Amino acid sequence: MNAINQSGWKPQMNAREGGAPMTSTGNKALMLEEALIFEIGSDETCGVDLPEVDAAASRLGDLARERPIGLPGLSEPEAVRHYTRLSRQNYAIDLGLFPLGSCTMKHNPRLNEKMARLPGFADVHPLAPVDSIQGALEVIHQLAHWLVTLTGMHSVAMSPKAGAHGELCGILAIKAALEACGESGRKVILVPESAHGTNPATAAFAGFTVEDIPATPEGRVDLAALTARLGPDVAGVMITNPNTCGLFERDMKAISDAVHEAGGFVYCDGANFNAIVGRVRPGDLGIDAMHINLHKTFSTPHGGGGPGSGPVVFSEALAPYAPLPFVEKHGDHFVLVEEETARQEQHGSSFGRMVAFHGQMGMFTRALTYILSHGADGLRQVAEDAVLNANYVLRRLEDVLDAPFGGSGPCMHEALFSDEGLAEGFTTLDVAKGLIDEGYHPMTMYFPLVVHGAMLVEPTETESKAALDQFIDALRSVAERAKAGDASLKSAPHFAPRARLDETLAARKPVLVWKEQPLAEAAE
Amino acid sequence: MARYFTEEHEWIEIDGDVGTVGISEYAQSQLGDIVFVDVPDEGKEFAKGDEAAVVESVKAASDVYAPASGTVIEGNSALTDDPSLVNSDPEGDGWFFRISLSDSSELEELMDEDAYASFVKKL
Repeated sequence: MNAINQSGWKPQMNAREGGAPMTSTGNKALMLEEALIFEIGSDETCGVDLPEVDAAASRLGDLARERPIGLPGLSEPEAVRHYTRLSRQNYAIDLGLFPLGSCTMKHNPRLNEKMARLPGFADVHPLAPVDSIQGALEVIHQLAHWLVTLTGMHSVAMSPKAGAHGELCGILAIKAALEACGESGRKVILVPESAHGTNPATAAFAGFTVEDIPATPEGRVDLAALTARLGPDVAGVMITNPNTCGLFERDMKAISDAVHEAGGFVYCDGANFNAIVGRVRPGDLGIDAMHINLHKTFSTPHGGGGPGSGPVVFSEALAPYAPLPFVEKHGDHFVLVEEETARQEQHGSSFGRMVAFHGQMGMFTRALTYILSHGADGLRQVAEDAVLNANYVLRRLEDVLDAPFGGSGPCMHEALFSDEGLAEGFTTLDVAKGLIDEGYHPMTMYFPLVVHGAMLVEPTETESKAALDQFIDALRSVAERAKAGDASLKSAPHFAPRARLDETLAARKPVLVWKEQPLAEAAE
Repeated sequence: MARYFTEEHEWIEIDGDVGTVGISEYAQSQLGDIVFVDVPDEGKEFAKGDEAAVVESVKAASDVYAPASGTVIEGNSALTDDPSLVNSDPEGDGWFFRISLSDSSELEELMDEDAYASFVKKL
């Protein structure tokens, strides 16, 4: 069956320009249309032949199902084609440069995948006897060692499962530490404007009140404003370094000293650690807790490609409050410390657990593979190339796009532009849509909020100069069209599987669940 | 009836000791298409400057701060069904909530229509 669906539905197509014919399927050569699985599946079809069941007496009684539950039935090739066709309408890091600022969409080395698929790592069970999974525990222990070494911190909690989960872990440790020394009256967490959006959300979720600290005109934390706000009600600060303006917080040590002096703790959002790995140790900057996105800095897949993983490194002051479990090495043997009482003297103050088990084993294996295959010199070069690439993008585009902090010196791993100078009525959204037509995933837009119509580009270290040049030429041409007021940009993308979507309608009246005849409803 | 503005682009219109609060034309134009508004429930008390409501556009979510202290009398329930009122009529039907003012002297710190217009011009 190669009909696009059985419902007779066809995608809406505009009149073809230049005399190209409308196709009867809606497909455009290799650009294949695909309906929802509910629209092509049938209750009557089943992908497998199951043996007839003997007419044994059912014990379900009244609970026995009387009619089909409506799951779409497809043969195996139909199901495979459905998902393969959908995947071809997607964009992925394996297809091209993915310039999403703040996300670090770098190449995921295939060696990582090979190691993670070794049965001894891939097939472990979290409840397996510890003696049967010594190799897996050694991987966790070794990775923990390197994370602590690279950050210059005291210890690490491996279990948090994403960046924001790591933030919560760090803030809960700060809360536990404050409670332990009778300082639970400290209810305020200070968050600079240039921090990640998850920071204030984390602090609020953990029960703190969030207060903003303004940025200086050059895009860094206003040290004077921050120190002026410190006091007996401040639990700590959450600072993203390098920050979301793509700048290194040069005053980090002074900030940490001032916060410690005032009795607070310093949380650092380590999402951008890839810009400084091997060059700067956060422990030397007075950080008390920082999460590390293994799915960014250490190249494990994310963004639909796999789960995140956000281990949290701690200073000596916060280490006693870190969550369980820990892997410890006793002689040649690795043990899993799962109970506060197991080693009362070290873990008796632990605030508890972040997850039921031990963390993302598959990501640990990939991250350790990445660290060992790069070595110390390789990791230093990761940071250098990430910064070099971003500066190349910044300097080659700043004559066509406004770079509000371009004068603040070199950027770190991402280049930030504003919508200043675009023609009347043209916005960052139009530039992003134009980039889709050029075959690129758009950059991060409208973030950070401190810049009007922000466009945040993070090329990462894994792009070659040739790939960067091609991307820069594409973005330059789109920016020039936006500055010249090219009307065709307002309706871009023209060549994507779908043209400009009504994002406002989608947000105001989302259709999240498929129902019979959804098209009639959507058309209202 | 007098109307005042804050530097965070809220407006408050005073009728006796009741103030009607919304966001300015400039604010809605900066936010873009509004997709969700969370207005406070009746009876909620705010001090001046407290986060009172949330407005979400296709670009970002933003807080709306109480321009003056008081107790909420009514939230604009029409915004729940049709948040686009904030775009089409921000300083009229797109109002967010009404509060009974506890200290009308706070209004003296706010800008009048002319002062706000020149404040926006400088942004």
